Formats: sequence, structure tokens, C-alpha cells
Amino acid sequence: MLQQTENPAEVLVEMHNAGIHRARRWLVRGVDLTVRRGEIVTLIGPNGSGKSTTAKTAIGVLKPDEGTVKRSRGLKVGYIPQKMSLDWTMPLTVDRLMRLTGPLPRARIDAALEAAGVAHLKNAEVQALSGGEFQRTLLARALAREPDLLVLDEPVQGVDFPGEVALYRLIREIRDRTKCGILLISHDLHVVMKETDTVICLNGHVCCRGTPENVAQSAEYQTLFGARGSDTLAIYRHHHDHTHLSDGRIRHADGTVGDACDGQHDHGNHHSEKATPDA
Amino acid sequence: MLDDFFTRAIVAGVGLAVVAGPLGCFVVWRRMAYFGDTMAHSALLGVALGFLFEINLTVGVFIVAAAASIVLLMLQRRDGLSTDALLGILSHSTLALGLVMVAFMSWIRIDLMSFLFGDILAVSKLDIAIIYAGGALVLALLVYLWRPLLAATVNVDIAEAEGLKPERARFVFMLLMAAVIAIAMKVVGILLITSLLIIPAATARRFSATPEAMAVFASLAGMLAVVGGLSTSLRFDTPSGPSIVVAAFILFLLSLTRLPVRRPPGMETRR
Repeated sequence: MLQQTENPAEVLVEMHNAGIHRARRWLVRGVDLTVRRGEIVTLIGPNGSGKSTTAKTAIGVLKPDEGTVKRSRGLKVGYIPQKMSLDWTMPLTVDRLMRLTGPLPRARIDAALEAAGVAHLKNAEVQALSGGEFQRTLLARALAREPDLLVLDEPVQGVDFPGEVALYRLIREIRDRTKCGILLISHDLHVVMKETDTVICLNGHVCCRGTPENVAQSAEYQTLFGARGSDTLAIYRHHHDHTHLSDGRIRHADGTVGDACDGQHDHGNHHSEKATPDA
Repeated sequence: MLDDFFTRAIVAGVGLAVVAGPLGCFVVWRRMAYFGDTMAHSALLGVALGFLFEINLTVGVFIVAAAASIVLLMLQRRDGLSTDALLGILSHSTLALGLVMVAFMSWIRIDLMSFLFGDILAVSKLDIAIIYAGGALVLALLVYLWRPLLAATVNVDIAEAEGLKPERARFVFMLLMAAVIAIAMKVVGILLITSLLIIPAATARRFSATPEAMAVFASLAGMLAVVGGLSTSLRFDTPSGPSIVVAAFILFLLSLTRLPVRRPPGMETRR
């Protein structure tokens, strides 16, 4: 399904030695980062380590004060911010939010809401959504817009644990369906790692990088997060390959819908799978 | 038809209300009420400078209000004083500066009250022409900028990341605000301008399911307030500008009363 593991895939964004300087200090400096089509790159690091700044620089919201950022021509970016405070006075439904930055075909909106499991909220007011529903809605928006590069800033914040697993599944589904590249910001390494091709560990600069397993075992990472991070790494090995729909049916990872969860079928497309250590 | 002063007042007020509705929605959504107030207060400085340099007062007010908004944006970018304090400083300083300058220019007689509280019953055909021409331009630009402005209001990073250039939209929006303040001065006066932006928009919230509907309803609420306020003013000989604002306020209060609540479809499925 994903040929890009074999062939070098199209480079969507490439940062070279990028740095952002604000209020007489470097928020982040010396960042090298490449996101290719179909790839998931995860930025991790403690608070204030420059994750959001790096992501915003990658998509051009911030201009680098040193170094270069190259985006492929006509790159369509989907962005899911860390926080969104919407004034109550704006009457905004989920349906309208989907079309916020550009028109979308009705059928595509419906399909995306369905895939994200929030079809029933189409006409709900955005301010009334729970944290998880809101994140799902934003993911549905990304799915419908079919961006080349999807940037997610801590998408599981304020979402409970099963919701977290489900959201990461949805993110993977978006990658598989739209073949976009994903730049993901995370403060918790363990859940997301499985799907990630490259982890970049930030702390004002790039501490270490590599496959999830390499990073988790690296001395730099363990200093930053403690050994616990690497212990918990492989807990969620994705036996959750299906979603329980609101009508009781089951949607499997490959998109088919059935009446029962027939256990673990192979995702078949996870390059990182073979390397996952056992817990 | 425009020979009657009352008809002229209605026509001028309705024209202004149509423009103030959608613009006021953005003021409410973006929590810019005080910002708008500050721009409006700077208008008196514009009047004084207009007299001093003998330029059209509407143009003078537009230039000063726009300049005030740009100064505010620039000061906001620097770390230091909070926006709140900045607005408080600029708002009253510009108003006081305007009052002092007007007092200094002893060679002209200015009816200060008409600038502070409006003099809609004295609008001329030229004023009406300015309101409608300026208003049409403001509305056209607002329609053109609607998507980036709305997206930036929801989340500025999304708008920027998805290529809508929110900075530019915001800059033009400031100019539109300045334009509306300039043409509204004659109708409700400097001190009451923001009320015509905010109150109809707040009234419309209750009845609107989309941002666009809210903009339209805000215009309608504003028009209703103008007609109601002016009629009252004519009948009871109350000051016209304040009467319009009072009418708008009464409409707002009515919008708060419990009507049979129309829940948006889809909400029933939620706990």
C-alpha cells in the first residue's frame, strides 16, 4: 500500500539549521528536519523546548531568524493548533468549521466526519464539543481538506486514554488515506511512537533523532525523560485495529465495516512494526 | 423625498446600520469593543485636525482613527504594557487632546455636543451620499475579506498555515473600522459609535446559526434601532443619537428574554 518506504518519497518540507530568536533569546536553534510524503515525524521534548515553534516555522507561520526552510511548491498545509479559544458569541457549527478556510464538496465533508466518528455532531456548535470531540472534528477537517502536510500540535491533550489511542489510530488512517506527510508534536512518547518514522527530540536544539526505538534507548532521551519513557514504549502495540461505531457495528482499520471485531488483523503497512521491541 | 430632515435622518441611519452590523460582529467575536472605543475617541482629534488643516472632517476622522489603530497594533507588538492599559491610555489621551485642541481654536465655533453625541437630524444630502458611497465600499471589502477575517478570528495560526494571509485582512479590517467611525460620527457621535457596532451584533447572536446569518441579523437589528430610536426622538423630543442607542439596547434586552428555545438540530443527540 505504501510504496514510499521503498522509493525515496517527495520531500514536503525541509528545514536546515533553522532558529527562531525572540525577546533576546533563541527559542529553538539549529533544527534540521525533513518531512516526506507518507511519513510521520514526531517532535518530542519538555515544555518550552521549542516544539510548537519548530512546527510553526516548518509551515511558515513563523519566519526563521537563521537557517532555511524550504517547502515544496504549492504545498497544502493542514494545521491543528494546540489550543483554540473561540468566543462564545460566534455561532459556528462543526459543518461550518469544516469549510472555514475554503469551500469543500458536501460529500467529502460528510465522509470525513463519518471517518472521524463525529458525523452525529455535524450541526453541533463548536463551543459545545468536548475535548475529544473537538480534536476529532479538527482531524475530520484535515481529512476532508486532503492536505499534503498535516501538522498536529499535541492532538491528544485533554483526551482520556481510550480516546488517545483512537485519535492516534485516526491520524494513521488519515496518513494512509490521503498519503500526506505528518508532523506531530507530542509530550508523551509511548503511544505515538509505534506509528512514527522519525522522532526528533527537542530541547531548544535537536537532542537526538532516529527511529522511535533508537531514540528511546539513547542516553540523551533517557536524561530528558527518564528511563520510564523507554519502559512504557511498547505498551500500546495496536491490537486496536477497529472502531466501535455508534450503531454497534465495527469499522476495521482497512475501512471495512462489519458486525464483529475479528481480532488482530495485520495493518500490513507499518514500517516500524518489525522493529518494535516487546515490552 | 430627501427634503424632509426626518427622512434624511432615517435614510442616513439605516445606511449606517447596514454597514455597522457585519463589522460589529467581528468587533464582538474578536473582543475588540474597547479597541473600537479607542479608535472612536480618537475621532475628536481628527475633527480638530480637520478644522486646523481645513480638510473634510470625515476624511480627517478617518485618517486619525486609522493612525490610532496602527499605533495600537505597533505598541501591542512590543512587550511591555498590556493591551488593556494601552487602550486606556490612548483612548482618553486622544479624546482629551481633541478637546484641548478644539478649545484652543478660538476662531472657529464648534458645537461640541453634536460631535460627541451626533446630530443625525442635521445630515445633508452630501452626508447621505458619503454614508452610502463609503458604506458600499466598506461592505464590498468586507465581503471580499470575509473568509480570511473569519478564519483568523477562529484561529489565526490555522488561517496563516492554510494560506489566508490573516495579517493583511486584519490591517484592512482596521481601515474599515476607521471608515465606519468616520461616517458614523454624524449619526450617533463619537461617544456612542461603538454601541452601534456592538449592541446589534450582540442582539443578533441569539437568532443566528452561522456567522453570516449573525451579520445579516445584526444589520437588521441596527436598522430597527435606528427607525425606532428616531421615531421616539421625533415624538418625545429626545436627543436623536442617544435615542437610537437606547432603542438598540431595548432590542438587546428583548433578545435575552426567554422565547421558545430553538435548539440547533443535532444538539438533541447530545447529553
